[in-house]
Amino acid sequence: MNKPVENSLVDPAAARWEAGYAAQIGDDRPVVNRSGIPIEPLYTPRDWDASRYDEALGLPGQPPYTRGIYPTMHRGRTWTQRQLIGLGTPADYNARLLDIISHGATAVSLIPCNSVFRGYDMDEVHEELLGTCGTVVNSAAHMDRALEGVDLAATSCAMNDPSPFTLLAFLLAAAKQRGVPWGAITGTSNQSDYLSHYVANHMFFRIALPGARRILADHIEFCNRHVPKWNPMSVVGQHMQQGGATPAEAMAFTLSTAIQNADDCLARGMDPDSFLPRFTFFFDISVSFFEEVAKFRAGRRIWARVARERFGAKDPRSWRFKFHAQTSGVDLTRQQPLNNVARVAVQAMAGIFGGLQSLHTDSYDEALSTPTDAGARIAVATQNILREEAHLTDVIDPLGGSFYVERLTDQMEAECLRIMRIVEDAGGMYRAVESGLVQRMIGESARRFQAKVDAGEQTIVGVNRYQVDEEAGDRRPLERPDPAVMRAHIDSFKAWKAARSEGTVARALDALAAAAETPKANVFEQVVAAAEAGCTHGEICARLRQALGFGHVQAIV
Amino acid sequence: MSTDIRPKVLVTKIGFDGHDRGSRVVAAYLRDAGMEVIYTPPWQEIGAVVKLAMEEDVDVIGVSSLATDHLIVPKLMSALRAAGLGEVAVIVGGIVPDEDERALLESGVARVFHPGASLEEIARFIREAAAKARAARAAA
Repeated sequence: MNKPVENSLVDPAAARWEAGYAAQIGDDRPVVNRSGIPIEPLYTPRDWDASRYDEALGLPGQPPYTRGIYPTMHRGRTWTQRQLIGLGTPADYNARLLDIISHGATAVSLIPCNSVFRGYDMDEVHEELLGTCGTVVNSAAHMDRALEGVDLAATSCAMNDPSPFTLLAFLLAAAKQRGVPWGAITGTSNQSDYLSHYVANHMFFRIALPGARRILADHIEFCNRHVPKWNPMSVVGQHMQQGGATPAEAMAFTLSTAIQNADDCLARGMDPDSFLPRFTFFFDISVSFFEEVAKFRAGRRIWARVARERFGAKDPRSWRFKFHAQTSGVDLTRQQPLNNVARVAVQAMAGIFGGLQSLHTDSYDEALSTPTDAGARIAVATQNILREEAHLTDVIDPLGGSFYVERLTDQMEAECLRIMRIVEDAGGMYRAVESGLVQRMIGESARRFQAKVDAGEQTIVGVNRYQVDEEAGDRRPLERPDPAVMRAHIDSFKAWKAARSEGTVARALDALAAAAETPKANVFEQVVAAAEAGCTHGEICARLRQALGFGHVQAIV
Repeated sequence: MSTDIRPKVLVTKIGFDGHDRGSRVVAAYLRDAGMEVIYTPPWQEIGAVVKLAMEEDVDVIGVSSLATDHLIVPKLMSALRAAGLGEVAVIVGGIVPDEDERALLESGVARVFHPGASLEEIARFIREAAAKARAARAAA
């Protein structure tokens, strides 16, 4: 109970509890969550005043949306099971995709190979690395093969691929070839947030900051006009939390990033209600259960207020904090890897009680290697068990009204607002990132957490406590692309490239460069045109690097 | 053998993966532990790492790998030997499957640290490896 001293004088029951607690507990060490918030042993109506219910919580589907953004929440549509997958060639990917769909996944996601992340084609890079972490997709034809047998008009597709959004361009080109109108395409430019890539995992950082910033807004404008059911903006907190940010920091920096991106759209004269309904968020879910639940509830409340009060959005769809979440890979251990199944289940529950719209559960073997087929299947089964056996979806926001959860939601909200003010004072997220402020704060939190683990203050089962001797042989064999298959993929790519009309490709790339050099032009429109003209991912990225600068990051330790 | 020297360590990432939490946490810890640390952002070319190691005259190179970039570490080992830097100790930290670990050790990597390794353990190993590397160079 929070500061119970004065009240205990007038509340004999509370005084008795305190005396009993003090007598039994012995050495009562203070408990602090990952975000630095002190955790009390007990919460009562004195910690959360239920007369604030309407103002602080309200009902699902109504501002401030603390209890969820839709009236039905998981009782109605549950969530989208969106497993991120990607391995090998487009044909390998397609086989895995169809298998996962047959086991219950309801949407498609595509992770490209790291060489694609960095902006290269397969014939420009170390062959050993191709397809070991994602699918080698370099052209519209590859995209078409990867999604063979998938009805593009009926399946939500998430493309993990920000500036210059070549994978979306390939998808649009493939759709046109199949006669599927762009107006029917649904899905998300997953992780389109260049700032989070610059700050934390750096995976997709291909083009220097100013160019990445511009192409993001170009692609939002393009999608609003031509692909109206597509979500072009995915604001990412996941990278920052995986990079070491505390849950409160990750939420705060993500909201600050969303504000920056919205400001950039407003600066182009766009109406907030034309783009905010298509903003989505992507978060990490750590194993710190109640903290994560409170993080999501607090974030939802802050965003509703920001959208209405700061941006003046009138459309309720603009106020809704739609998010996808992924269970945290950093929490998984290499030691006793099957324990990770338990961790992932707890993480997933936190996300579900936090009110997510879409969920990726990690495979237990992610701390060992790129996930195996068997691991991915258990991850999907975990979601099915939580939903259909454990009945977690029967009641909306089932933890709402818990004195602890409501008090913690308030505290997480206050902590997020405090951090958002630091960013605001630094000139907004773009400036705060350009100066390295955010990276330094995250680095500091990562070191603090590691020090706690090393000191044994934070238990990691199997790592710093409860270790057992393990046979290395317990571990599953690796699944790596067959080198001969990858070699054939490269050879056919080279032959295909050589057979293209050189003039068509050159003209499309010149138009792309011209757009990049013309401030008012829409670069993404030309990326799509280039994809349709048969240009490759590497060619498009190379031309844009030339015009807008290479994406490097600062060395901040 | 005396481990009473101030080790000079290059902490880097090669290949295409950008996850740098591990390399940043380790670099900061080694620096705070009194070592001289040269830190690079991710995506270094193998040639650039060799050049930096030579120019800075480092004792140890720490390569961080989360997403299979360790598969090109054997290429780094050959390049170091070709440049006459065979005594520099190379350690790898990150997600390295057992089968790959064997291949890395065969290629000359001194040690692979997996998730869960303590920073103190890493620092202790680097101190010893640096002392050995320096003694080997002095003898050569």
